Amino acid sequence: MSMFSVFNIAGGALTAQGIRLNAVASNLANADSVAGPDGKPYRAKQVVFEATPVNGQAAQGVRVRQVVEDASPGRRVYDPRNPAADEKGYVMMPNVSVVDEMVNMISASRSYQTNADVMNTAKQLLLRTLTLGQ
Amino acid sequence: MVSKIDNALSFQSQALGLRAQRQQLLAGNIANADTPNYKARDFDFSTALKAAVAGRSNGSLALHTSAAGHIRTSTDAIPARLMYRVPTQSSADGNTVEMDVERAQFSENAIHYEAGLTFITHQIRTMMSAIQGQ
Repeated sequence: MSMFSVFNIAGGALTAQGIRLNAVASNLANADSVAGPDGKPYRAKQVVFEATPVNGQAAQGVRVRQVVEDASPGRRVYDPRNPAADEKGYVMMPNVSVVDEMVNMISASRSYQTNADVMNTAKQLLLRTLTLGQ
Repeated sequence: MVSKIDNALSFQSQALGLRAQRQQLLAGNIANADTPNYKARDFDFSTALKAAVAGRSNGSLALHTSAAGHIRTSTDAIPARLMYRVPTQSSADGNTVEMDVERAQFSENAIHYEAGLTFITHQIRTMMSAIQGQ
């Protein structure tokens, strides 16, 4: 029954977008964390999506392949009173771009809504199928 | 007698099966809207239906198996060639999913599925009233 695979595909997409939203929340929360557990500034986390086959069917689902750390350089901010400042008074800030993260958040939330909608449609169609011939 | 009823309903049931498969494919496209390098796929419904009614599965993506050790691909192969959608606005990450197109096709396909269900229901009702003679 291939219509049930729609639930697997859309459900997987909901999970993937949830993980992405989680990464966005972590990045935004740590946008000003000058020191993490390793003493270095926080590095932005980005999720990488990957298409994945769904039990031998032609359609492909989606999953998170890995969560990578953003390699772009961090911001240098002049703040001599900060205890983390170097001898010239500069502090290395995390490489989180708040604007990028907000865009990421909106995109993730729209994708989440769309996939929830897809599930709803599939559910309606299956329920109609159950009442076939009545 | 049973085969006659089966024949009467087989066209609509094949159409419904293909609609369900297309629904799944479109759900996969929507799920992968944010996957880099994912190419949106679809199949031509009328070609697939013609092939399914004629009992052919030419152009399907199922692998030809000639020995016991060969890996069998999907058992319910779509009887038409899977094609890649041509994007009107391509994106930088190689993804060809256009959400408006996919959503439109998804809704259209859902309505066609419901229409197919209605057709079958009315066919069954017609037969029921012929049997009961009331």
